Amino acid sequence: MQQIFNFIIRNSNRLLFLLLLGISLALTIQSHSFHRSKVISSANFLSGGVYERINHINEYLNLRTENEELVLENARLKSLLFNKEDTTKLPLPDSIKGVKPADIIVSKVIHNSYNTHENYITINSGANDGIKQDMGVINSKGIIGVIDNTSPRYATVISILNMKSQINAKLKKSNHFGSLTWDGKSTGFVQLEDVPRLASIRKGDTIVTGGQSVIFPEGINIGTVDKVQTKENSSYYVINVKLFNDMTNLGHVYIIKSKDREELINLEKKGKDE
Amino acid sequence: MNSALLVNIFRFIMLLAIQIVIFNNMNFLGYISPFPYLLYIILYPVNGNRAGLIFSSFLLGLMMDMFCNSGGIHATACVLLAYYRPYIFKFSFGLSYEYQTIKLNESLTPERFSFILVSVLLHHIVLFTLEAFQFKFILDILLRTLFSTIFTIITSIIIIYLIKPHKR
Repeated sequence: MQQIFNFIIRNSNRLLFLLLLGISLALTIQSHSFHRSKVISSANFLSGGVYERINHINEYLNLRTENEELVLENARLKSLLFNKEDTTKLPLPDSIKGVKPADIIVSKVIHNSYNTHENYITINSGANDGIKQDMGVINSKGIIGVIDNTSPRYATVISILNMKSQINAKLKKSNHFGSLTWDGKSTGFVQLEDVPRLASIRKGDTIVTGGQSVIFPEGINIGTVDKVQTKENSSYYVINVKLFNDMTNLGHVYIIKSKDREELINLEKKGKDE
Repeated sequence: MNSALLVNIFRFIMLLAIQIVIFNNMNFLGYISPFPYLLYIILYPVNGNRAGLIFSSFLLGLMMDMFCNSGGIHATACVLLAYYRPYIFKFSFGLSYEYQTIKLNESLTPERFSFILVSVLLHHIVLFTLEAFQFKFILDILLRTLFSTIFTIITSIIIIYLIKPHKR
């Protein structure tokens, strides 16, 4: 017993080092695994609060560009409103669940990273505003990411510029779909993988979100085809997609709260259980 | 003794704040950002409490991870650097470093520069390796380490000169 104590006292620094190294390595490995959200994230009172303060200053400096974007979007919405077709021709709204299958929550980006392989965005609304894990995040130009962690007032978003992110997407003109990933190289481009070679693709074609995902509604803009490559020994294309969004400059975002989501997940779970 | 502790706590908070507010938003060429918060570990007193250094470095790294959403990579790199700091001292200043009173924030000699260089290099290699976590990015890791090391050293030396005490 005496010897054990002596050993511990003699090597206290080394033991402390090994203990802390073990904890930090465990946190690192845990954060790299796909289906678990992080223990340490910036969706908490301290870092969320600090980022909100910093963002107040940045926001003030970017007021002009933000205003211009809002004016543009206003103009677009007005043109939609005035050019609307006769409403009698529209399909009837779903009378049980209400008109829209999705609700929109408006929020603001308070911290945005884009210089690592796994990028996260922090926004200033959280569980109190009804935000939950795996909701989709978009802005006026296109998709941004998927909600990861939430705290009462803040939430983190897995950006599409994150090598862990995988989003169902398809070609706008046909229904060939694939999964949207990022190769970690450029902030302006993402990759659409697993598109069958049967699909005819030309440079400049628009890529939108696919209907298979329960996170995003169908048909939200992502980007345009920039380059089409073929993997060796495979019958699938890898498409380089140029994003509509400038991911290095994000302001207000919309979070999509899909009403069908729980129903769909329960249904799929039921199928698996049986 | 007490004032040394206070100076360390002050350094810890100030360097962390500067790192988060200013340097984390610096993205040269899209992905290179300096990490001068390491100065806390580099400037810690040579004969100070070693367990204290290791534990406070872990906390420093953990705070960085919280703000960067990066899991535990900063904590790992900081703990490693804090533990191996005496060996780097030995490498740069020779065996008798403990008997000298080394003040890093005096003039910059080759020994001091080599100490800062080796420390920053060790930290950055660990940091970027764990960040990528895949061997196919080996070139990317080396490039990031190289450029970030250069920028970290430049900003660190500037900060050392700025906070140099005006005694004597």
